[in-house]
Amino acid sequence: MSDDLRDLYQDLILDHGKHPRNFCVLEGATNEGLGHNPLCGDKITLYVMIDEGVISNIAFQGSGCAISVASASMMTEMLKGKTTEEAEKIFAYMHNSCTGQPTDETGIDEDAIDRIKALAGVRDYPIRVKCATLAWHTLQAALKNEKKASTERS
Amino acid sequence: MTYNVEEIRKDFPVLSQEIHGHPLAYLDTGASAQKPRAVIDAMSRFMERDYANIHRGVHELSQRATNQYEAVRPLIQKFINAEYEEEIVFTHGATEAANLVAQTWGRTFLKAGDEIVLTALEHHANIVPWQILRDQIGVVLRVVPVTPEGEVRLEDVKAAITPKTKLIAFAQVSNVLGTILPAKEIAKLAHEAGALALIDGAQSISHMPVDVRDINADFFFFSGHKLYGPTGIGVLYGKKYLLDPMPPYQGGGDMIESVTFAKTTFKAPPHRFEAGTPPITEVIGLGAAIKYVLSLGMQNIAAYEDTILAYATEKLSPIEGLRIIGNAKKKSGIVSFIMKQAHPHDIGTVLDRHGVAIRAGHHCAQPLMEHLGLTATARASFGLYTSKADIDALVAAVKKVREIFG
Repeated sequence: MSDDLRDLYQDLILDHGKHPRNFCVLEGATNEGLGHNPLCGDKITLYVMIDEGVISNIAFQGSGCAISVASASMMTEMLKGKTTEEAEKIFAYMHNSCTGQPTDETGIDEDAIDRIKALAGVRDYPIRVKCATLAWHTLQAALKNEKKASTERS
Repeated sequence: MTYNVEEIRKDFPVLSQEIHGHPLAYLDTGASAQKPRAVIDAMSRFMERDYANIHRGVHELSQRATNQYEAVRPLIQKFINAEYEEEIVFTHGATEAANLVAQTWGRTFLKAGDEIVLTALEHHANIVPWQILRDQIGVVLRVVPVTPEGEVRLEDVKAAITPKTKLIAFAQVSNVLGTILPAKEIAKLAHEAGALALIDGAQSISHMPVDVRDINADFFFFSGHKLYGPTGIGVLYGKKYLLDPMPPYQGGGDMIESVTFAKTTFKAPPHRFEAGTPPITEVIGLGAAIKYVLSLGMQNIAAYEDTILAYATEKLSPIEGLRIIGNAKKKSGIVSFIMKQAHPHDIGTVLDRHGVAIRAGHHCAQPLMEHLGLTATARASFGLYTSKADIDALVAAVKKVREIFG
């Protein structure tokens, strides 16, 4: 594989793309979000259980490319146990990393930073940035308890 | 005539470049075709020497521009074998043509309860205008299913026809599956039921000879940009007796006989449907594109592309985990596929990095995707310049996809 493709399809991403974690319906979720990328048809449903401001459990279902599935899968692992404020901070870091904007790592754990750095390979593939950010926009919708997120609105 | 694709490729400047360090293999002609030098030059020359607005000035340039613009109409008439020049309406593309028919013929001559038959493989451009009409006047849309092979069977069309059927609207070639529909036979079924046949030729016009009178199409439309011409120009063909009583689509200049604040009278077709300054340079470009394909011969292009389609099908089929979507007996210019190992978007990205341009997604045919139980496909689509080397590059890159996603 050429080096630039390797930057995009890192082992971590291929692994999560093929074997997504927390890939199930979450019974008793307090918040739900539907994400849709109308350009490619990627769809995800995100289930979040919030307990006194803490994301006590999070899971997703849906279909999409390796990037969007891996991003959703890693997001669920990153956010479990975080407060909603921490989640917002990670979202901002993720969004800025993928779109090549200045990032602020303060207060974000190393594991999350490593994973987001892996996802940030999409920077060089502008058309694929939306694949990586779909789950995260869906998270925002779920936290606000909006019914739907679309990559074409944000 | 022998078909020398290597010589033909030299007519297309865009093809002789590298993408990400690989020779470009442009396999996205179904989305839009590349332009031959003849089209690029005709448009540049026109803008450099003869450009002015048409149908207006008494000055020399306006006369030249008008003459060249209007000379394209009979060229198109002959190209699709229409009976009258007045049956050729310039639009901005196939999409506008479909909307024009829905909003003029449809709104005037259809009423609540009338039925329009569509097929499940239609492009959104031949679905949404009819849905808008449905919501406006209450017509009913009926959908003919597509077989798992991607074919539209005549008995299924027959089954969708009722005494209330007023129109059958269908693509001559599926933009996702490449299926060639039996247009003449479907039109015959429409006419036997007292309905009209509207044919979306966007995906057929560049791949085969089209004879609207032989098919007996009542309406037929296509886009210039898929026919090696520029964007922003399309053609609506309508039988004269149908166009004559149709009201205007848009109001404005160039479509009127006289205007007072009390009353305006409209020009006869085709000008009635061409309000405002048209895409003049684009019409010139479309004319050059038609001359170009005619110089090669539509029959020759069709025969050559069949060999490319067969070659691509033969080379892709044995690849493990790859499944071709759409196996109709009669196909043209398109191979859609999915892979067990990778999503179409990942396929598209990996192929791009190997210089191979394909389209990945729902191809503006979401109802078909749902019908087939898919969310997306990877689609390689061919044109008169597609070479076996392009297909070899596609196959090699698809094998890379397997390496990466295993």
